[in-house]
Amino acid sequence: MSENKLDSQKLQKLEAYIDSIEEKEGCLINVLHEAQDIFGYLPSEVQLFISRKLGLTAAKVFGVTTFYSFYTMKSRGKHIINVCMGTACFVKGAESILEEFKNQLKLKDGNTTDDGLFTIEIIRCIGACGLAPVVTVDGKVYGKVKVEDVKNIIREYMEESI
Amino acid sequence: MNRVNSLEELRILKKEYKKLVKNRSVDNENTRCENTQGTSSIDILICAGTGCQASNSMDVVETLKKEVANADLSDKVRVEITGCFGFCEKGPIVKIMPDNIFYIEVTPEKAKLIIEEHIVKGNIVEECIYHEPETGNSCPKQSDIPFYKKQMRIALRNCGLINPEDIRQYIAFDGYEALGRTLTSMTPEEVIDEVKRSGLRGRGGGGFPTGIKWEMARKSQSETKYIICNADEGDPGAFMDRSVLEGDPHSVLEAMAIGGYCIGASKGYIYIRAEYPLAIQRLRTAIKQAYAMGLLGKNILDSNFSFDIDVKYGAGAFICGEETALINSMEGGRGEPTVKPPYPAQIGLWKKPTNINNVETFANISPVLLRGADWFSSIGTEKSKGTKVFALAGKINNVGLVEVPMGTTLREIIFDLGEGIKNNKKFKAVQTGGPSGGCIPSDYLDTPIDYESLTKIGSMMGSGGMIVMDEDNCMVNIAKFYLEFSVDESCGRCTACRIGNKRLYENLTEITEGKGTMEHLEDLKELGSIIKDASLCGLGQTSPNPILSTMNFFWDEYVAHVKDKNCPAGVCTALLKYHIRPEKCVGCTACAKVCPVHAITGTVKQSHTINKESCIKCGACATKCKFNAITRK
Repeated sequence: MSENKLDSQKLQKLEAYIDSIEEKEGCLINVLHEAQDIFGYLPSEVQLFISRKLGLTAAKVFGVTTFYSFYTMKSRGKHIINVCMGTACFVKGAESILEEFKNQLKLKDGNTTDDGLFTIEIIRCIGACGLAPVVTVDGKVYGKVKVEDVKNIIREYMEESI
Repeated sequence: MNRVNSLEELRILKKEYKKLVKNRSVDNENTRCENTQGTSSIDILICAGTGCQASNSMDVVETLKKEVANADLSDKVRVEITGCFGFCEKGPIVKIMPDNIFYIEVTPEKAKLIIEEHIVKGNIVEECIYHEPETGNSCPKQSDIPFYKKQMRIALRNCGLINPEDIRQYIAFDGYEALGRTLTSMTPEEVIDEVKRSGLRGRGGGGFPTGIKWEMARKSQSETKYIICNADEGDPGAFMDRSVLEGDPHSVLEAMAIGGYCIGASKGYIYIRAEYPLAIQRLRTAIKQAYAMGLLGKNILDSNFSFDIDVKYGAGAFICGEETALINSMEGGRGEPTVKPPYPAQIGLWKKPTNINNVETFANISPVLLRGADWFSSIGTEKSKGTKVFALAGKINNVGLVEVPMGTTLREIIFDLGEGIKNNKKFKAVQTGGPSGGCIPSDYLDTPIDYESLTKIGSMMGSGGMIVMDEDNCMVNIAKFYLEFSVDESCGRCTACRIGNKRLYENLTEITEGKGTMEHLEDLKELGSIIKDASLCGLGQTSPNPILSTMNFFWDEYVAHVKDKNCPAGVCTALLKYHIRPEKCVGCTACAKVCPVHAITGTVKQSHTINKESCIKCGACATKCKFNAITRK
């Protein structure tokens, strides 16, 4: 695996962050958070870089990355749509909202559209249960979403990017 | 902000800061707002928790500030953000003090009106007041609203009252007084004894007595010890810890320092979900302010006690709420649990004695010490003392956070505070305890809530999520939902949990798809009890609970799925049968036009029929029909 593919500026930023940590022991989770912030996801090259830098085995880093749902190893689309699947949202019909998003975006396998514009993900409870069912797009919250609203939400981001 | 060097200095500051919050006391509340004109100043409090921010409360803040400036009232009227008022259903909430008028669902337009009418002219803006849905009675004050009538706020005492980003307001309401008293006049043993006598039990779910936990950690011999605040709150549908951290972060910091003094630790960590950015930001602000005033750090209040707090992030793993898994995660590894004993109080973080308490538990500590163990233990039931915060959600009229004395019944919470089920539907069940809990049917609504009673009826307290379900929810589908969660979240270490839960989930899927047999139901029961017995930690030991409790209370519904291939609630798509009621159908053809597979036939102005063979059960026809002529069951 080559590291050449990685953006050197981003890599430098990550390296500077790791160097700034005083207590290196036990810092892996925070480093992975920072790396995902910088790169948007955690490709294997980034994980290898971290393992060398921290003196951990690649298996250890990979084991941690895959354990936690917050980390992703796949690159994601420009806009991230999160459908909340907390219990409150679920009992109010979040499943059909998710289905509608998949239908509208023509997603069968995988969760990113072919044009790389949208990634759809499930999250477990953002704690805005009063607004259930809840969808967030790039952090913006849409509450009390109905199946009919899905089209408009997508359109909002389609038009913006044209 | 200067360093505070003694308890006396802290008390002098408190007196001074009291002036900042003099309008907030409900004791001198005025009857209506006619007195606004007479008071020298007004506080406008507005919720800036995650829930209200999601309903644009920050835009309302901007408008309020702008309008106050436009009316030339900036020196008299203060707009102040606060934490959660709890009444999330009706957010954003704006409260005018000292009038104690409570405005709901405030938009920027309504905010403008509130300034013009209430603040400038002294008239209550009736259209922004809560009205009881049944009687139409107007409830201008917080205390008039049924949602608040049976509540008692101890853990949430400062949420909605103070600005969480201003340590002075926390101090004004007795903040750090308990820490000061602890350090100046109490031995660790005396504090532990007080906490033990109060009867406070862990609010994270397990209900272990907090004082005994502290005593165990104190007795462990070691130079280095740690105290950890568990703020991972991975339970879907629970958001009380987040609200405490967002609304009153200092209450947690203060209690952690007290705990540190008791067990002999000088370092504390808050392990918090990365999914809670606002709580993290508020915590960081609070920590910085506490250091600046010397209420954290070296020689607090010039005592011999030094205490540091750091924040560590979780990364999305439900299992990390379990103590040993949390410790593994904090050490930078996979959050897998280990066998207990040894307990963290003996061998914990970096192999040192460690005490872990949940956010809500910590939030109770200062009131216990300030008002005394006798006061605290006078609230609640025989074995469960004090109050508990519940996150009330689902098909209920008032979604939000409620804090009630232990022993309050489920009926009181759901029908008095929550004001019943949405859209006049029938109550079916309430799910407590999240994925580890169970569904409770209407026969048990008069159960007083405490740790033991809930366990007795096959559920549990858990972190305090309370999801209300109505007749339209399918209990088999709900069980499947929780099992999917447990399958996702199992760390994989125990075979019974890793493979067993997966099998349970597959089994439930087959049942909801109409492929279930009575044997499936027997298997669910048997496998469920094996998983409970053969798993190492709480996740596996409780993951079959949603299935076992729904089978116990809603057996007929399972049988209907298996034998009659019918979903009584009309949820499981594969089992639905669409039918047109000839007596209601007027032959408008709307259904036939929308059917994607042309399964509906009939002549205009005559009753239509659905061909069951070609129907794909998409439900488009039922949505389109204006005459309620299409049934699905």
